[in-house]
Amino acid sequence: MKRLVLSLLLVLPLLASCTKKENEIVIGEYDSLSGSDATFGLSSNKGVRLAFDEINAAGGIKGKKIELKTMDDQGKNEEAAAATTRLITQNKVVAIIGGVASGRSKAAAPIAQAKGVPFVSPASTNPDVTKIGDYVFRICFIDPFQGSVMAKFASENLKIKKVAILRDVKNDYSVGLADAFLTDFKKRGGEIVADVSYQAGDIDFKAQLTQIRSKNPEALYVPGYYTEVGLIAQQARQLGIKAPLMGGDGWDSDKLHEIGKEAINGNYYSNHYTVESTDPAVTEFIKKFKAKYNETPDALAALGYDAAKILAGAIERSADLSGKAIRDELAKTKDFPGVTGKISLNENRDAVKSAVVIQVDGPNRKYITTVTP
Amino acid sequence: MQDFVQHLINGISLGSIYALIALGYTMVYGILKMINFAHSDVYMVGAFGAFYIARAFGIEANPGVGSLAILLISSMLVCSILGLLIERLAYRPLRNAPKLNILITAIGVSLFLEYGGQALFGANPRVFPEVMKDFVIFSFGNVELKSFDVTVLIVSVLAMLGLQYLIYKTKLGKAMRAVSANASVASLLGVNPDKIIAFTFIVGSALAGVGSVLVGMKYPKIDPLMGMMIGMKAFVAAVLGGIGNVRGAVLGALIMGLSEEMVVAYLSSTYRDALAFGILIAILIFKPAGLLGKYSVEKV
Repeated sequence: MKRLVLSLLLVLPLLASCTKKENEIVIGEYDSLSGSDATFGLSSNKGVRLAFDEINAAGGIKGKKIELKTMDDQGKNEEAAAATTRLITQNKVVAIIGGVASGRSKAAAPIAQAKGVPFVSPASTNPDVTKIGDYVFRICFIDPFQGSVMAKFASENLKIKKVAILRDVKNDYSVGLADAFLTDFKKRGGEIVADVSYQAGDIDFKAQLTQIRSKNPEALYVPGYYTEVGLIAQQARQLGIKAPLMGGDGWDSDKLHEIGKEAINGNYYSNHYTVESTDPAVTEFIKKFKAKYNETPDALAALGYDAAKILAGAIERSADLSGKAIRDELAKTKDFPGVTGKISLNENRDAVKSAVVIQVDGPNRKYITTVTP
Repeated sequence: MQDFVQHLINGISLGSIYALIALGYTMVYGILKMINFAHSDVYMVGAFGAFYIARAFGIEANPGVGSLAILLISSMLVCSILGLLIERLAYRPLRNAPKLNILITAIGVSLFLEYGGQALFGANPRVFPEVMKDFVIFSFGNVELKSFDVTVLIVSVLAMLGLQYLIYKTKLGKAMRAVSANASVASLLGVNPDKIIAFTFIVGSALAGVGSVLVGMKYPKIDPLMGMMIGMKAFVAAVLGGIGNVRGAVLGALIMGLSEEMVVAYLSSTYRDALAFGILIAILIFKPAGLLGKYSVEKV
């Protein structure tokens, strides 16, 4: 008897979570809300929530309200996979908005693919992510593109020839950007005078920078995350390196300036969007975001917002709520007027869009130029 | 050559920070024969304590030696209280339990602080306030000696000298050494081991507090997981010097700091962490007691 009661107690909550409410569309999301790179996850999650709140306020999709189920992957690949399985089997979500990090998408997307649930990543830039299968989409550009954008910018706009690379070897993203930059910059006749590495979580970079200093580069390419980049910039200036630093969208956070202080000023990075844009889609988004969260949205928040809006649009257009129907509509996304630019998905389910180059100028970011693919 | 001197300065500066944290491991080991894995997280809490105190008192606005002193003292206080609490609540109830239980508890406390810290302080990194202005004290060609490096070194050396004095020249130190040698005999002679052990935790944690402010000053990014790696490195340094031996901890930490710096400079930074743990394995194979550790040495 005791055992029966116990097993019933165990099963009941499961049953409860299985009963689907008729007037709701459940969409799943996993993100790193804790862990070492939680800022990205927190930002992206805020963007997603803002988008769905807006849609719900306007009456929802197909007359139904969207119910967002968010899971925390704690910055771990295995947690991302577990969260995806749980969202699909227990919460019966119709689609999943994936996380930020490419590594975690590579762990989670195969599960969604196998179950035939559409998977949209807002910011996984590693090229391999969408190769997992035809249910996997992304609405950001891919790493090699960002690397070559900066190579083009360095040789055409800054007119420099000698660059040192400082990459985060633990991070697929950083390695991908560095490799693309290296190939492209050499093709343009530039020279890579040093290619050294660090690891995420390090706080002391003086040894690498001392080594770089002796090679006298005209610029440093540091495609890491802002957490380390801020410190790298400071230590570079402390060692008397005056050459500008360049990086990718991993720099994009308000914390970059807080950590890097004056040392980070004047340096360049490629990004998905700029807050300086006068595009009404962008200004409107920034206004709404500020009103809700009282902070300026970074690129991850904008990407999360766009991902949620594109997914909602596809669900609205699809004939029914089956994975297949939503997938087909997602694949048809063309010229979507997103905050991060006009988004079209190509045959590889990757977004085709331009990148902007931004110069750090105190807490503000100066828009420098737009680079198209 | 100039680069080599610069590497030397960088390495010593890094090593002296490792030393402050390594001392905490070594002291607790010396007296309790246990490895306090939560030590590096006490250090993290110290950094956050200093961060909030600096904010509350508006220390950011007036950087200088006075602000540094205030932060050092408050961080030491925060860490001491936490160290005392950990000893009281987690380790003392297990005083007579098998060693393995205490070790597991230590890991548990460590994880509790790391993830509790994420819940409490948020997972976002925070920026440590500017406690002092960094300026060049001495420059020679490309080589620059900065005020931060010198401050870190001076504060570390002062803290270590203070510790040395405490252990070898005071009555309390004598009691600590007695408890370390044999707690039950010491208690027969009128020393209260519980009090002495609690005191050891206070001193060890206070040193972690000093370390946290120095690190915050030099590398102004603090987050709840900041103790993980630096704690491991300091632990390796303590084992390298001979765990339980105060001078060994300092020596081990300097060796760690310098060799890490040189490995990154002349080989590849990929080997940086591999080196630390390579040293640990090598020392455990060839000289398990560590460089200065002898079984006869008094351990505190």
